[in-house]
Amino acid sequence: MLPSDGLVTLTEQGLYCRAADVWIDPWRPVPRALITHGHADHARPGCGAYWAIGAGAGILRRRLGQGIALHSLDYGDALQIQDAQVSFHSAGHVLGSAQIRLEAGGESWLISGDYKRDADPSCAPFEPVGADVLISEATFALPIYRWPPGSQVAAEIRDWWQHCQHRPSVLFCYAFGKAQRILAELHALGVEQEVLLHGAVAALIEPYRQQGIAMVPTQPLSQLPRDERLEGRLVLAPPSAQGSPWMKRLRGAQTGFASGWMAVRGARRRRGFERGFVLSDHADWPALVDTARQSGARQVYVTHGQSEVLARYLREVEGIAAEPLQGGGLAERGDPDGEAEREAAAGDTVAGDTGETGEATAGAAHEPAGEATEPDGEAGPINAGLIKGGEQREALP
Amino acid sequence: MEYFQAVPPGDGAWALHALLGNQRRRLLSSLRLRQICLEGTGLPAWLFDDCYRQVGDSAETIALLWRQRSGVATGMVPPSPAAEASLQQWLEELLPPLAGLEADAQAEAMRALWQGLEPLELLVVNKLLSGGFRVGVAQGLVIQALAQLSELEPARLRHRLMGGFVPSAAQFTALIDPADDDASLSSRPYPFQLACPLDPERLSDTAPANWQVEWKWDGIRAQLIRRHGACWLWSRGEELIHPAFPELIRLGEALPDGLALDGEVIIWEPGAPGPRPFAELQRRLGRKAPGRSLLAELPAAFVAYDLLELGGCDRRPEPLRQRRAALEDLHQQLLAAPSPPAAGLLRLSATLPLPHWQALEELRAGAAAAGAEGLMLKNLDSAYLVGRRRGSWWKHKLEPLQLDAVLLYAQPGSGRRANLYTDYTFGLWNADGQLVSFAKAYSGLDAAEIEELDRWIRRHTSERFGPVRAVEPLQVFELAFEGIGPSKRHKSGLAVRFPRISRWRRDKPASEADTLQTALALMATRP
Repeated sequence: MLPSDGLVTLTEQGLYCRAADVWIDPWRPVPRALITHGHADHARPGCGAYWAIGAGAGILRRRLGQGIALHSLDYGDALQIQDAQVSFHSAGHVLGSAQIRLEAGGESWLISGDYKRDADPSCAPFEPVGADVLISEATFALPIYRWPPGSQVAAEIRDWWQHCQHRPSVLFCYAFGKAQRILAELHALGVEQEVLLHGAVAALIEPYRQQGIAMVPTQPLSQLPRDERLEGRLVLAPPSAQGSPWMKRLRGAQTGFASGWMAVRGARRRRGFERGFVLSDHADWPALVDTARQSGARQVYVTHGQSEVLARYLREVEGIAAEPLQGGGLAERGDPDGEAEREAAAGDTVAGDTGETGEATAGAAHEPAGEATEPDGEAGPINAGLIKGGEQREALP
Repeated sequence: MEYFQAVPPGDGAWALHALLGNQRRRLLSSLRLRQICLEGTGLPAWLFDDCYRQVGDSAETIALLWRQRSGVATGMVPPSPAAEASLQQWLEELLPPLAGLEADAQAEAMRALWQGLEPLELLVVNKLLSGGFRVGVAQGLVIQALAQLSELEPARLRHRLMGGFVPSAAQFTALIDPADDDASLSSRPYPFQLACPLDPERLSDTAPANWQVEWKWDGIRAQLIRRHGACWLWSRGEELIHPAFPELIRLGEALPDGLALDGEVIIWEPGAPGPRPFAELQRRLGRKAPGRSLLAELPAAFVAYDLLELGGCDRRPEPLRQRRAALEDLHQQLLAAPSPPAAGLLRLSATLPLPHWQALEELRAGAAAAGAEGLMLKNLDSAYLVGRRRGSWWKHKLEPLQLDAVLLYAQPGSGRRANLYTDYTFGLWNADGQLVSFAKAYSGLDAAEIEELDRWIRRHTSERFGPVRAVEPLQVFELAFEGIGPSKRHKSGLAVRFPRISRWRRDKPASEADTLQTALALMATRP
């Protein structure tokens, strides 16, 4: 548990900084919220005011409503909010993602949010930040997880797709972040062919292009004439579309899944994908350990996923005071294909059916269809823990 | 087929060996590989174990962790010369010597070997070393590929493969040689014909008189082969089981040469009306050389139901009624001898009268009393076919026994079920009102149910013992099984055969699950 007299404490609504009177990624409506990034398990609707990185503002408004009170920031801006100094630093997770640093009374805390340290042409690179106390994610905190370079994986995806001219290729990937990263990586490889998109993915392309992210040409699958042949085409779709009626048009397609979970064969076989591509927007094991070390933190709290493993390793091997951060309804650790992802996917499936019309409902007061129930791809299994608490679970069938 | 065409026969032999599901003797244990990996990476053992729980496979865990050793980035390692070796070199030259090395030298050699390998290669090497290399491919497909390659009939290839395949270039060449004179077949059994579960629709159009009805015996399906003055007893698993059954080899030696019988090995005392339960046969199976007292206590018999070869002549193409007649003649002759060697050892599987289809169920109900597990129906006009073909052989087993039991413990599976709680232990109520474990089951739920139960288990864990979780005793499942007998394995003192979950009884509270007493009563009806 977080100490009750620290700069950041854990409340029913989530992480709270009293000195600034703000919550960080709260999971219930609060007056003032600092948002690390736009994934549904970090950015919730209904708050009085939001602070977030401007590059991700378009996505945030699309997801939370055009009318939200949003303070757009740049990386490195120093804000004074009441008694605390607040700054946002690039997390390298997705477009507009940030680590949030809070400082007051001579003490500094860094909340990593979701982050990665690998190169990604679709967002700003990770910035190492120092603090007295670090709250770190631990989605992939096992030494079996070590990512190959994204460009190398993108080349594998390209070859997999382009060597299959007699069938369509459907690559499942999370609609916000992973899909755009793949499109940007393919562009960087010199791919010029158009890639087709599921509605949930298509809805998030424009905010990326507006931020000047170069990606291969794309088109929503739904806008293609019904009789157009799809052999040899690549389609990106959220994982929930697998097995949904949306797939009818793609019968016979070869299927792949791009996710950090694909590093383990069992996870791939269980989900029934023909091919797994190891591509994650989270930190791998060496990055998690290095980041904790480099932060210079005297105390590390670990959330999301393999929190006990990372905390124990930091304590016993690295000699850093560290403990898992347990909170209300905190679920199990370590559950690669675990319940949250599955449940999120279940919800998403419903949305997936209407995914092609996702645009239409985007911007409404509730979460837009298509991507709404997808927490953040990979973090899914684990985020169930701290951030979603028990409520979402009961809300879903 | 392209692979088999492209590689030298030595590689083809090993590839075929693996594709047929054969496993090499274990060269190094998983535990030893884990140890070498830990020493090489400097990772704490608990962290390895946490990783293993996520991966569900020791060889793969090592393959993934090996990259973690300090200072090595992916793609920075020069490929090892071993990576260029052929399959045959790997399996005959590179891997086997590792087993015999001293501990330090072995660890060093292992590390040197791992050094230059990609994770996938590393995984395969670890699997080959620890004896767990399996390829999920249907045997039929492998045979088809070989049939295309060799232009031989698949059935002929199957016959040549019966009794196992020794991976050598010479064997492989002989296997696919269209002109091979089949001398190599002399010790081998014929491919077994197998039965499908009865489809009553398919029977109603035919007359009962076209069918041979027998008990379905609960023993070990086997072929007794007598050729060239020698004798072999092959199980359906294509293993030679004669060391465990010396009396049946004596029987075989008394049979005329050039003979192959299909039947069941079973414990059956001479003169007894029926055989003993399967559990007693298992006691014989475990022994390499059974002692005199065990032989006397549990005498084996060969219950013959078919004659596949007589006088060195393959009789399989003949209709069953002719083969059966020949079998009965043979049995008669053997019994007519002055001191019949076969008495009590060779039994003829009795044919049962079936006047009309309506009598079928009544007949089946008598199986338990006869010591059988159900009925077999074989078309009298059918040839003896290879494998499981629908239509000419049907099995009609007794309905399984069933009990409603309470879920007590759960454990994660491995491989694709890693991290899912899929291994369940169930209990029944004893006279003191306590739940005592009596069966483990792994199968019977569909994917959605497994996931739902997995979530339930995680939320209703009352205690943990390593990977095992005790859960609140609330969920009731209907278990189906084939037999029930005494055992020390479970607290209840009972064990069941082939337990599986037949239904999730969401409608039933745990208090209404079955009792140990009910289970004991079942044991009385069917041993």
